[in-house]
Formats: sequence, C-alpha cells, structure tokens
Amino acid sequence: MADLRVKINTLELANPVMTASGTFGYGVEFSDFIDLERLGGIIVKGTTLNRREGNPYPRMAETPSGMLNAVGLQNKGVDYFIEHIYPDIKNIQTNMIVNVSGSDIESYVKTAEAINELDKIPAIELNISCPNVKQGGMAFGVSAKDASEVVSAVRKVYKKTLIVKLSPNVTDIAEIAKAVEDSGADSVSLINTLLGMAIDAERRRPVLSTITGGMSGAAVKPIALRMVWQVAKAVKIPVIGLGGIMNARDAIEFMLAGATAVQIGTANFIDPTVTIKVIDGINEYLDRHGFKSVTEIIGALEC
Amino acid sequence: MKKYILDLQVTENLHLHENYVLLKLTQSQPLPEMHPGQFVEVRIDDSPSTFLRRPISINYVDKKKNELWLLIQLVGEGTKHLAKVKEGDIINIVLPLGNGFSIPASKESQPLLVGGGVGTAPMLFLGEHLKQQGFNPTFLLGARSAKDLLQLEEFNKLGTVYTTTEDGSAGETGYVTQHSVLQSKQFDMIYTCGPKPMMVSVAKYAKMKNIECEVSLENHMACGVGACLCCVENIKEEGNVCVCKEGPVFNIKKLLWQI
Repeated sequence: MADLRVKINTLELANPVMTASGTFGYGVEFSDFIDLERLGGIIVKGTTLNRREGNPYPRMAETPSGMLNAVGLQNKGVDYFIEHIYPDIKNIQTNMIVNVSGSDIESYVKTAEAINELDKIPAIELNISCPNVKQGGMAFGVSAKDASEVVSAVRKVYKKTLIVKLSPNVTDIAEIAKAVEDSGADSVSLINTLLGMAIDAERRRPVLSTITGGMSGAAVKPIALRMVWQVAKAVKIPVIGLGGIMNARDAIEFMLAGATAVQIGTANFIDPTVTIKVIDGINEYLDRHGFKSVTEIIGALEC
Repeated sequence: MKKYILDLQVTENLHLHENYVLLKLTQSQPLPEMHPGQFVEVRIDDSPSTFLRRPISINYVDKKKNELWLLIQLVGEGTKHLAKVKEGDIINIVLPLGNGFSIPASKESQPLLVGGGVGTAPMLFLGEHLKQQGFNPTFLLGARSAKDLLQLEEFNKLGTVYTTTEDGSAGETGYVTQHSVLQSKQFDMIYTCGPKPMMVSVAKYAKMKNIECEVSLENHMACGVGACLCCVENIKEEGNVCVCKEGPVFNIKKLLWQI
C-alpha cells in the first residue's frame, strides 16, 4: 500500500481523487453507491450569490464518447446552501469544497465571503469558466486581465485554500494560469467543459435550448491532458487535472503530466463507483511500479 | 429507497415486435424492492457510438421468479445495441430510481391506467400492484396499429383492457382520449405514460372531469440520481426540478402544462 496523500496548499487530501463540480451533486446523491469518506475531496455543485433557475430544458446531448450540457449553474443561492445544505454535508469526513460562480466581481466576492465563514469548508473552487451563462462565468476566464481582477478581489476576502477553475476555451491557457497564480490563487483546476454544439438534422434545430453547451467525457481527455501539461510547466502552484477521466489509467496520465490531484466528473454518470476504482487503481499502479508515494509520479513524465 | 448497482443476468430476450424487445433479468440474490413508476439506468457496453446509460422504466417485477422485466423500444443506437443481448449475458443496471406512482388512499377508488406506445410499459407493473392492493384496474392502451399493442395477454390477467389504434386494426379507431369508455365509465384516479401530446390530452380530460391524475415524464437524462440537473421539468412553485429524482411521476396539478 503506497502513501496516497497529497497536499494542495494547506489542504490535505487522503488521496488525489476528487469529484468534479456539477457531476456529483452534494455528494449525498452517491452515498448509496460508495463510501464518500474514501474520496480525497468532493467539489459540490456551483453556487452563486442569488438563486439561479438555470437554462430551459433540453440541457443535454449525448455525443460520441461524451456529452454536452447546458445546465447554466442552476442552484438555490449561497444563503440557501448555508442554511439547508451545509448542515447535511458538513459532517462528511472528506474535503467538502464549494464551487463558487458569479456574474460580476461583487457577486463572486460576496459568495466567497459567506463561504469563508463555514468551518467545514476548507477551500473554494472559483469558477471563471462556465460556458453556459451569458454574463460572467467564462467571460472572466478568457482574458488574463479579467481573470486576474476577479481572483485578486476574492483573494482579499477568502482566507482558506483558493482553487481557480480554468476554461479551455482560450488561445493560451498557461497565460491565464500564470495570471491567476500572480493574483493569489493557491491552485488551478482544469479543464472546464469545451464549448460545443449539437444539431438535430431531422428537425433542423439545435438540440440544446441554448444552442451551444459544454462538452465533457472521454472524448475531451487528450485536450485536457495537453492543457494540464502546459499549465503544470508554467506555474508553481499545484494543478488539479480533470477532463474525461474514466479510469485509474487516465488519472495517472494526468498526474504524470503534472497534476497533483484529479477530479472525476462525467464518468460518475456511467459508473457511480468509478472514483473508488480510480483510487484503488492508482494504488495498484504505484505498488506495481515500486513507488512509495503518489507524489513521486506528479510530473514524472519523461520526454 | 436504497439504490443499487447490479450485474443482472439475461434469462430471456423476447423480440415482441420489429421495434420492441422484452428483456427478463435476474440475479442469485433477491432483487431489491421496486415501486411501479420507478425506472432503471442500463449501461450499454461495447457500443462505440453511445456513452451514457439509458433510462428504462420498470415494466414488471416477477417476485416468484425473481425477475425484472424491461420493455425496450429500439429508438437509437443505444437501445438497438442493448436489444442484441442474449440469454446468459450480464447487464449492469442502477436501480431503483425516481419516485413512482402513488396508490389511491381509498380502496373504493376506480383507477384508470392509460398507456401509449412504449408508455404502456410501467402500466403493467402498476396494474399488478394495484390489483394486489385490492383495486380493480382498468387499462386503456393506444398504439398505431394492432401489432404495436404489446403484452395484451399480461394486461388481460390484471383487469379490463380497452384499446385504440390509429389505423383501426384493433379496438376503437383513433387516440386513447377519443375512446368511448372515457364517457361511459367513471374513474377517480388516472395514471398515464406515453408520448407527450397523448399525456397532455389525458391531463386535459382529467382536469376537466376533476379527476386526480399522475403522468410519468421521459425527459432526456444523464446521471439518473439528481446530480447533473440535465433532465429538469419546470414545475409550479419549485421551478426546475430533476425528473430523475423528483419524478418521473408528477401530479398534473404541479405541472405548468397548458391544460
């Protein structure tokens, strides 16, 4: 049994496997299937200052080896989260991390400030990359200047571990990563979904109500892997890799490319127990290759 | 209700029709408790063009034989691939999902079960459950043509069956909502599942007659457990809710349909 522990700033993870925001609810949706406390962390559903209804149905389209979604950050707002959801999840013994989104700098700051007060939330993941909301979201994540501004503002009020989730819908993701690092981020996670589209030819209409949506699943993995590798070389802060991880081998590839930890998203829909299989698979790989600690494979790609 | 991920073995794959198969599945352990109106998510293995599980309603649970029945309409690549399974094959299934139909409080209640197309599937399990509870279910089943009316033998064992076909090859000609039994008999609970225009018509009838009515929705879904928020229905007071978790069965009073 190798040592699976990793650190993201002051955040201690029992193992590098977390769940991606928007794919795992608040964790409890999966408690019939797995022991949530075996996970390195759970990134809960994107939370905004005010309640958001999200986009109209239809919000989903299956694609070869993947899917598009256009949920649009549906959630009941940070006050509802604190009053009604936090009490139910705060005793889950793993890192419960809240994904925070906003439509302007002020709303990001207010939400982060409110979550800073919650004892059992050791970190937030700042979502500057949601492709499915008109205002804000991805708008902040596609320019180094805007990304920098929102991260600096949140950094002033948020005292714990600040992870920033990056958009792949940019020309140079490493540039954005460096900008958020310089603005005080403790870690970056990538990639959020890739902007895509699906058309129903018979009806000559778009499949999604929003026409375009965010693509995820196995099909995006090579792109995600490339971006993680580029970002890991460019920044000193820990990188969290995600995008199309379906099994332990995929997760190991992200770590070899430079990720300190990984997130599993869409794969949870196909196998609700996939996270546990990935943890066990990483351990098996480490033993088989004679590594004593998972930290030995971070960025261990030889090229 | 606790959810399970099970590897179930195919005991039979019956080709009922060019577009439908009936899969009978079992395992050595007793199957978990399931409620009519709930559904399962079936993993489609080794199909290069599909990715997600397929939500399929529970057609029937044969407790004596410890069998779960799934009636599958061959709609796209996923269901066509699934239909190729053979006796002895293993299928990975997450179950039971969703809320299910409610059972009338009064034993005097006269329930009507209206199904169209593959929407007849959950009505078999519901009909059997109602019969077991001492009700006398009436079925109203609609299809394009006589050959599309499936499992009639099974339905006949459970109660009175009325049918309509669009081409007049069986039962009364037309749509279910045009059937004469809706005028000649009194019902005080209606359950329906089928194409949306049909369910809307049934809901209109129920509302006009002031009869309680539950519909089972078939919105496209991904996770099936209320995590991804893809399959939402906008309902009164609550806004967008997951059909997979808060449904798939809704009382028509909650829906924002124009009825």
